[in-house]
Amino acid sequence: MMSDFSGFFGFFNIFIILLFAIGFYCLIVTKNLIRVLIGLEVLTKAVTLLIILAGYVTGKTATAQTLVITLIVVEVVVMAVGAGLIISVFNKNNSLDVRNLRNLKG
Amino acid sequence: MKIDPMIIYLILLALMVITALMAVIARTLLKAAIALAVASAILTIIMFKLNSPLAAVFELSVCAGLITVLFVSVISLTNRMTHAEIMELTKTRLKRYLFLIVIVIAGIFFAMFGMPAHINAPIVPSENSIKFILWNVRMTDLLAQIIILLTGVFGVVVLLKEVLSKNDE
Repeated sequence: MMSDFSGFFGFFNIFIILLFAIGFYCLIVTKNLIRVLIGLEVLTKAVTLLIILAGYVTGKTATAQTLVITLIVVEVVVMAVGAGLIISVFNKNNSLDVRNLRNLKG
Repeated sequence: MKIDPMIIYLILLALMVITALMAVIARTLLKAAIALAVASAILTIIMFKLNSPLAAVFELSVCAGLITVLFVSVISLTNRMTHAEIMELTKTRLKRYLFLIVIVIAGIFFAMFGMPAHINAPIVPSENSIKFILWNVRMTDLLAQIIILLTGVFGVVVLLKEVLSKNDE
């Protein structure tokens, strides 16, 4: 029974790390500000799945769900403020390219 | 005929990874936002199957609904990239995607060898309901959520006020 669950955990782990790698890749490589937000969102999805899986494996789904609810609230606020920042940056520079944000570089 | 639940999980997880990948490499931003919503919906199904219905409902309504609307509104408020910019990005696409293969292989390697394969966590049925834990045990989290929501609201108000006053000038 116990080994079943550890195998189950390892099986999910591969997909969670794949999701994390995809989000991280998006953050590293992208030149578009909206895609940065999309990468953050993919990273958060991987973390959400990991928390829910940990709750399922340890049998404490209620605690995991409360944590995930907090995580989703924080995620939405980050996305909303990020979207506002992107719109103000776009109005200032008339472009969404991150390479145009190097004005302060010495 | 009974289907093995692991096969269902495998299909769902593979679909989720594929849609997340589509969200990252899609050519237009609108397609990326829709792929992200689909990934969120698939995550909801996985969460339902992992005995977390309340968090799954939150995920479906907020991440698949609200955040997609947010993305689509941001995309509609900003301009498309110019043709020259798209051509420049297309030229270097292969070079940039080579990076993805390296990262994915590193991730799989990490998953195979870097993680503990056996976790002997006790499987205890939870005695407390989610209502009790949310309102009594994790009450500080709720306070923090209220503060974060207010911060977000004020942040968006200040940012959009700047934009609106600039447009008036």
